[in-house]
Amino acid sequence: MTDDPLWSVFVNACLINNFVLAYFLGICPFLGVSGKLATAGRMGGAVTFVMLVSSICAYGINHALIALDAPYLRLISFIAVIASTVQLVEMFIKKVSPALFRALGIFLPLITTNCAILGLALFQTNKGYDFAQCIAYALGAGAGFSLALVLMAGLREKLELARIPDVVRGTALSLLLAGILSISFMGFAGLGG
Amino acid sequence: MVDSFPHEETPSTDEFIKGLWRENPVFVQVLGMCPALAVSNTARNALAMGLATLFVLLMSNVVISSLRRFVPKEVRIATYILVIATFVTIVDYVLQAISLDLHKALGAFISLIVVNCLILGRAEAFASKNTAGKSAMDALGMGLGFTAALLSLGAVREILGSGALFGLPLFHDGFQPWVVMILPSGGFFALAGWLLLFNALQERRARLASPAAEPMR
Repeated sequence: MTDDPLWSVFVNACLINNFVLAYFLGICPFLGVSGKLATAGRMGGAVTFVMLVSSICAYGINHALIALDAPYLRLISFIAVIASTVQLVEMFIKKVSPALFRALGIFLPLITTNCAILGLALFQTNKGYDFAQCIAYALGAGAGFSLALVLMAGLREKLELARIPDVVRGTALSLLLAGILSISFMGFAGLGG
Repeated sequence: MVDSFPHEETPSTDEFIKGLWRENPVFVQVLGMCPALAVSNTARNALAMGLATLFVLLMSNVVISSLRRFVPKEVRIATYILVIATFVTIVDYVLQAISLDLHKALGAFISLIVVNCLILGRAEAFASKNTAGKSAMDALGMGLGFTAALLSLGAVREILGSGALFGLPLFHDGFQPWVVMILPSGGFFALAGWLLLFNALQERRARLASPAAEPMR
């Protein structure tokens, strides 16, 4: 067990080891959904919520599996839990707020194959965080993912209007932008562990 | 998923070739980015990751295509994920037994093969509709294409970032390594560089093919 204070866990996941820009997790939605600022914000919110729920579930499952002495089932049960969490969240949102459900659209089911979520569950297990730390870690990772997504969307909206050679347009441009963002996030490295 | 390419009566050699170049998973379809960027900081890691993915892709494609008549449509994605997760767990433990160093270097990214969109994408787009033999050829082609792409990324990053290839120093002592290529941002830059190269080649070919027409984007 580690005894990092909660704020340090949060800042660590959000800025220093940003899931997208330092660990390369969740690159697919990062490149796919960062075209418009509004969608990027909503996607960030949805991912943060699923991260929080699946982090809590993963904490419970990990302890159950250790008690059962079956750690080799960890990966399979994590992915099954994440898939069913996403399904549950989808049904819940559909029932409670149809407007939000329509706004999120296809992005909601696609969260299942977002490696940031499975990555979060695996990292928190490897680091041996306790329950409160897990929640701080999930919130930090979600905030970091949303931050990267929103920054990227803002930059890409500006670049729509810029004059760029045709060769660079598309994925290559997004990757160059992500590289520059990643360099700037390295500036946070001095903040703490 | 993204792939809407019609898979009709093509010979199985073609299923093999297309993954290597025309539909290369990394450079053309831009699938499976997360592991491609994360573990390509040295050529050795990239090769190991590519081979692990190749194994999982091959085995899961074969199993899924043999089961395709028995799996109900409603639960197919869940079934695919469970099949894939089983093989990933096998790879995880085998790699731990072969080389603990390598397992440490790749870290959680071995487990994260489960959510590699390339594997689920091939299961959904190809293996669920074709025979086991064809799916195996498809998986081999796509897996080797993925490995080749990872290796080219890893080689560029290792040569520029530490002046070596597979751990062997290449340059004279005076070489100043570009540390940025080893760092996370280097992954983005290396991939962007390869994509630029491919775009430029494609544009040039399109211009040569039809000099009068507008060059393709």
